[in-house]
Amino acid sequence: MFDLTGMTALVTGASGGIGSAIAKSLAGQGARLALSGSNIDKLEAFRTELGGDHVALPCNLSDGAAVDQLVPQAVEALGKLDILVNNAGVTRDNLAMRMKDDEWDQVIRVNLEAAFRLARAAAKPMMRARFGRIISITSVVGATGNPGQANYAASKAGLVGMSKALAQELASRGITVNCVAPGFIRSAMTDVLPDAQKEALLGRIPTGDLGDGADIGAAVVYLASKEAGYVTGQTLHVNGGMAML
Amino acid sequence: MSETADRVRKIVVEHLGVEADKVTEDASFIDDLGADSLDIVELVMAFEEEFGVEIPDDAAEKITTVKDAITYIDEHQG
Repeated sequence: MFDLTGMTALVTGASGGIGSAIAKSLAGQGARLALSGSNIDKLEAFRTELGGDHVALPCNLSDGAAVDQLVPQAVEALGKLDILVNNAGVTRDNLAMRMKDDEWDQVIRVNLEAAFRLARAAAKPMMRARFGRIISITSVVGATGNPGQANYAASKAGLVGMSKALAQELASRGITVNCVAPGFIRSAMTDVLPDAQKEALLGRIPTGDLGDGADIGAAVVYLASKEAGYVTGQTLHVNGGMAML
Repeated sequence: MSETADRVRKIVVEHLGVEADKVTEDASFIDDLGADSLDIVELVMAFEEEFGVEIPDDAAEKITTVKDAITYIDEHQG
């Protein structure tokens, strides 16, 4: 089950916390990867750590022209593209009343527009192959909202709507389009939270624990697999039950 | 019939799964051959590959019949 041997995947934000866990999970099931990220050194270090025959493709996702080149580069490096994982995301948190135009634009451009550009480009080779998996990493806050994150929540909810539209356009060609929505995942960011805040957070999570990157990786592996071919336009929430949607 | 026309018709027959004799030059992809908008996108991609031409979106929108495709390819093939 869920064997990805012979399949190829492009993962954005691959050197980050959740991104690297997704990459490890996909590679663990046999997929060959194009790892994308903005920090070349971090990306190369992760590629070395991962071992195997994967490629690193640095890309600045706020640069539309560079983004448009990324899928063709991945196809050239890997020979084909079966799976696209739109994982990269940035935050520019601020109360809406204080939010600068630039903070709004930057988040929408990287989290939502780049994901669209990549999906649009990936649809071509996938349509030809009559097979494809487009998976976008959204967030529980895309469904619930979160104060200080009007931009981020909008970008994540936007991914859900975009995925549903794409799912309908591409279903007849063997391409599924889905989202994975993490809740609170253990990371450098959550490690530094004060204990009191951590406890309050855990009180809202029925499983009583933060999630791991591997929990997200497993969800992505499932949606990427041949076995998930009848699942499209969906969002798989991986959040310990903190929001049941 | 030109060589371009033969190759275009072959792609259309293969792609849309229609009888060869229905693929006349005047046939409309959507009205006569049962294509949907996604089929048109795929046909254009197939023409681009077969003939090594680039068909930009604004030109692709004007290709509605078999003849439109043949004419465009003949005019733009290098």
